[in-house]
Amino acid sequence: MSARAYEAVIGIEIHAQLLTNTKMFCGCALSFGDEPNVHTCPVCLAHPGALPVTNAEAVRLAIIAGHALGCEIPERSTFHRKNYFYPDLPKAYQISQFDEPICGPGRFRYLTEGGEKELGITRAHLEEDAAKLIHVGGDGRRAGAEQSIVDFNRGGTPLLEIVTEPELSDAADAAAFLRQLRLTLVQLGITDGNMEQGSMRADANISIRPAGSTGLGTKTELKNMNSFTFIERGIQAEIARQTAILEAGGTITQETLHYDPVTGEIHSLRSKEEAHDYRYFPEPDLVSVAPDRAWVEELRASLPESPVDRRRRWVADSGLSFEDAEVLAETRELGDYFERVAAVAPAKSAANWVRGELRAQLRERGQEPWESNVTPAALGEIIAMAEAREVSMPNAKAVLAELIANGGDPRAIVEAKGLGAISDEGELEALVDRLIADNPAQVQQLRDGKDKVIGFFVGQAMKATQGRADPGRVGELLRERVRE
Amino acid sequence: MSAPTDLTATQQIAAVRAGEMTSAELVDAHLARCEDDRWNSYLALNADAARARAREIDAMADKPPLAGVPIAVKDALVTRDLVTTSGSRMLEGFRPLYTATCVARLEEAGAIVVGKTNMDEFAMGSSTENSAYGPTLNPWDTGRVPGGSSGGSASAVAARQAPWSLGSDTGGSIRQPAALCGIVGMKPTYGAVSRYGLIAFASSLDQVGPFARTVADAALLLSYIEGRDPMDSTCVGLREPVCVPTATDLSGVRIGVVEELMGEGTDDGVRAAVREALDRAEHLGATLVPVELPNSRHGLSTYYILAPAECSANLARFDGIRYGHSSADTDNLTEHYERTRAEGFGAEVKRRIMLGTFALASGYYDAYYGQAQRVRTRIAEDFDRAFESVDLIASPTSPSVAFPLASRTDDPMHMYLSDTCTIPISLAGLPSVSIPCGLDAGMPVGLQLSGPAFSENRLFDAAHALEAAIGFDTAPPALEAAA
Ligand SMILES: [Zn+2]
Repeated sequence: MSARAYEAVIGIEIHAQLLTNTKMFCGCALSFGDEPNVHTCPVCLAHPGALPVTNAEAVRLAIIAGHALGCEIPERSTFHRKNYFYPDLPKAYQISQFDEPICGPGRFRYLTEGGEKELGITRAHLEEDAAKLIHVGGDGRRAGAEQSIVDFNRGGTPLLEIVTEPELSDAADAAAFLRQLRLTLVQLGITDGNMEQGSMRADANISIRPAGSTGLGTKTELKNMNSFTFIERGIQAEIARQTAILEAGGTITQETLHYDPVTGEIHSLRSKEEAHDYRYFPEPDLVSVAPDRAWVEELRASLPESPVDRRRRWVADSGLSFEDAEVLAETRELGDYFERVAAVAPAKSAANWVRGELRAQLRERGQEPWESNVTPAALGEIIAMAEAREVSMPNAKAVLAELIANGGDPRAIVEAKGLGAISDEGELEALVDRLIADNPAQVQQLRDGKDKVIGFFVGQAMKATQGRADPGRVGELLRERVRE
Repeated sequence: MSAPTDLTATQQIAAVRAGEMTSAELVDAHLARCEDDRWNSYLALNADAARARAREIDAMADKPPLAGVPIAVKDALVTRDLVTTSGSRMLEGFRPLYTATCVARLEEAGAIVVGKTNMDEFAMGSSTENSAYGPTLNPWDTGRVPGGSSGGSASAVAARQAPWSLGSDTGGSIRQPAALCGIVGMKPTYGAVSRYGLIAFASSLDQVGPFARTVADAALLLSYIEGRDPMDSTCVGLREPVCVPTATDLSGVRIGVVEELMGEGTDDGVRAAVREALDRAEHLGATLVPVELPNSRHGLSTYYILAPAECSANLARFDGIRYGHSSADTDNLTEHYERTRAEGFGAEVKRRIMLGTFALASGYYDAYYGQAQRVRTRIAEDFDRAFESVDLIASPTSPSVAFPLASRTDDPMHMYLSDTCTIPISLAGLPSVSIPCGLDAGMPVGLQLSGPAFSENRLFDAAHALEAAIGFDTAPPALEAAA
């Protein structure tokens, strides 16, 4: 049986830390990188008698996320206790949600080079993060460590866990979905989406089945991958591993796995037999969440256009390439900037300039376009002048450099610095004639059909005019003269 | 004038305000009785801080409302820097980082905590014999239990070691010891008083409430502890302020009598005392109506699934990692958890953790926890139906008077039956007060009056009118003899 005889069934679980000021169930500040255990209180240290109180801002962010995921927002949502003992879980239960999550089923649309796709969202629920265990001694891993110490600063951080339907069959699609989901949440201010710091983490549930069949094979769970590239590679590796097992006549074991991005290998973390019985039951310390319906609707109505919708619109209506749209949608600010440039200049040129020249010139200053001296209107003006051949491309870039350095009005800069293109045909003709007379050897090469040498003449022309000559017109005149 | 410790809290406040007595005198008088603690009412005294605070209040021209009157607090309530154990070895020597909301409110109002009272470990028990620090003895007869789990808070008030105290009631832990010690004990509507700082036993049932020697004192105490708290989202406070009761009759009041609780299983002497109290109620103008609470007979089994289930999670935090008992020299994490908890918890606590863990286990959840939740709803519906035709419901508080020490410790079922009259009301989350209504063979009998949710004022009025008519003497004869 060949590998193509199997298809994969993939579902994703995403944990996103919410951008609240305080923890999920207490008033402690959220922070990254502070001294250990400074952001703690009786509640998040699970001292006797302490009680959780639901963070209203976390509820608001979860509902906004739900809207962005196309989810239903149920009238009532409740918290449950998920019970297990571990030193990073001070209450020995995690407050999570079970059968009444804050966000119900939804569908999320995302773009791939092959076209638009859609993935079912099963649910999204609120929960608290565990504290951070630090293993001391040995090689820093749990096994072999001399001791483990706990930093409770992270304990109680609000998390939104998003669970998708097992509808994906392709690792690249999984990565595309995750990239666009992340961007959507980041641009809404729901999470900072920092995967390296772990503020966004993804697990994949993977099984394979004979292509065309409808049953489900035994699934494995690939845990805590912290980059989209690793997710894609990890899923591919796991599909290959399962395929090899089935082809060899083996059976898949239900287990939790870890993908090692360095070696590309997959290791087992634990098998189903070791799985916990979490003994979920309703959290009696918290009242249910019953968000006001008018408010829920208000949050939905005030949702800005998502980066995915933006990209779709730019490709369909403005003729941008898939890649241009992808790059420009990366941050809300860049997208907004591009749109303002495109309002006064052709969209494709605007995309090229913003993505290309503008960002390249700003890079050395460590500036973003929207933070720079270059207003969208000014960039639009430069593009318009270049397109009308009122300035040559090199001089247009020089105007941009001047704007970045000192600000100002592009037309005034062109005037003041004499950067306007030579519009007098007679002046250009005289220049070309002089170049022909001065460079007989190159003229001969051109006559011999070596078109490359045109570049030499254009270079000379630009040099002679401080870039004011129109390179295209110089080439044209040269050909005319030499052919004559 | 009688001894300061014989005065009610209301009288003590008035005496300080009138300049007849100082807070320091009151605190000293009570501390003297606390220090000679024959009943083992207290686990810790707050003598130095209490005396210092009394001097502070005595120096104030404008005295806080509670004027420096002493109070005893059940050891289930955390008090900053004052050792709080919840009656457990697990928390031996534990000094909390903060003070429970209800205690903080009382302190702010000028009450002075003289000490922390003994209790069944983590409030699990009906006799205070499950305390890791030895049983509390009943001031009426030191060969008998004071009830539980708030036995220390009840005995402290009965023995004049404090004019009033705070307890907590999960299935009867205020009302039953109040009945057994011949004082007033009140469990408010669930959600009336903040649970922030109450070491949880069963979160959906736990409520803090007052013990006192008069209904008026109990009402006054409740008025200071009830109310919303941003630290407890399940706490909504009462809908109207507590009024100190003044009613002298019961005209127009319809009292439902739970006949199921007046028959078999209730001692004859208890039944007789309760009947007599009900006769007095009729004389005061009340109408007695028999009511049926058909699902209440499932109360005990429902409670002994739900409460252990919640406690199995609530007590999981005692893992020896951050505070409390921590087993020494264990080799690995699992062993550390096992030994810490094996050493730190007593037998009854372990029994309930096991029961609760089982009731929540996958495959059993629906048959136990799920079913118990459904029955709990039915029980609450029975009360709703009953309150369509009556204003209050009356029954004995406990089927028997205080029982001899060690008489039920080997028979958990028999011990659990002590709470058979109080548990259904807890499951329904209703307010309920126990007042002493007579004696059976020289030991006090409690009458339990319960009302619809948030009917505290109605309850206090009725209890106050009956209290006057009954004229029970809350001074234990044994106490007089000993004095
Ligand atoms: Zn905290």
